[in-house]
Amino acid sequence: MSGLLAGKRILVTGIITDNSIAFSAAKLAQEEGAEVVITGFGRMSLVERIVKRLPKPVGQVIELDVTNPEHLASLESRVREQVDGLDGVLHAIAFGPQSALGGGFLTAPWEDVATALHVSTYSYKALAVACEPMMKPGGSIVGLTFDASTAWPVYDWMGVAKAGLESTSRYLARYLGAKGIRSNLVSAGPLRTMAAKSIPGFEAFEQSWVERAPLGWDLTDNEPTARTICALLSDWFPATTGEIVHVDGGFHAVGA
Amino acid sequence: MTKEEIVAGLAEILEEVAGVNPEDVTEDKSFTDDLDVDSLSMVEVVVAAEEKFGVKIPDDEVQNLKSVGDAATFVLNQQAA
Repeated sequence: MSGLLAGKRILVTGIITDNSIAFSAAKLAQEEGAEVVITGFGRMSLVERIVKRLPKPVGQVIELDVTNPEHLASLESRVREQVDGLDGVLHAIAFGPQSALGGGFLTAPWEDVATALHVSTYSYKALAVACEPMMKPGGSIVGLTFDASTAWPVYDWMGVAKAGLESTSRYLARYLGAKGIRSNLVSAGPLRTMAAKSIPGFEAFEQSWVERAPLGWDLTDNEPTARTICALLSDWFPATTGEIVHVDGGFHAVGA
Repeated sequence: MTKEEIVAGLAEILEEVAGVNPEDVTEDKSFTDDLDVDSLSMVEVVVAAEEKFGVKIPDDEVQNLKSVGDAATFVLNQQAA
């Protein structure tokens, strides 16, 4: 088997439809020679249907609610039923209750904000800790952020959660570095995934992105993001950790 | 496949995915307003329908498929195409 990820065993979370960034990453990882293990949340029957659309068959979809300590504690044994270890992990998980998004920044109750932070921020650490015993030096953990250095329209507490995620990744880089495990984030531009469509008013800045990004930006093409995820999961970023790689057509680098 | 057969197929899918009583599934029923199909269930209905009927239902089209009849007509036209 040849390819960028030949022989790698990669855990992929966050697939819900075939428009999911995680689906594109899993597909490309398989095409690049990886063996992929899939976790799903909530609508398991939908995830089961969707993974049948991957180029190669995968094992049983593993149910994983990242806020459920029992799910996390049993993750290793359930993954080991399919592979004897992990070389890479993709965290593609986020959730914010409706009150925490779409202009509700000033009124969202703490309980809803706490949910957003638990699922979208703390879970990155929780997943890393659950997977670390299966990983060797050279292992790579990748998460997905949405540039949290500025305050966006309607993104509200998810923006705060992503800022926390970016910091969490740096701390993971610090704590897992001694074990030779990397943690990096991909900061993609807006993509029309199920997650994005669930954010009221998300389309508000889609057009400005398309117009302002020096390379342009295709709201429906997950491939550039999937490629960067696979590159970070590969051996080709061996000395890179705690980093955020922008896959946004260059939008972050330029002013109005 | 006739439109009636497609509606019957959709009823099977709706029962499996969202627990809808097949007797409630008629052409005039709205997925969201009458059958209480939430957005994620609707995604699964679409995926299951694509597999069952061998068609592709683009994302942009899904928002136009408000009723069971809309969906059946779309599938019928796709199969004919």
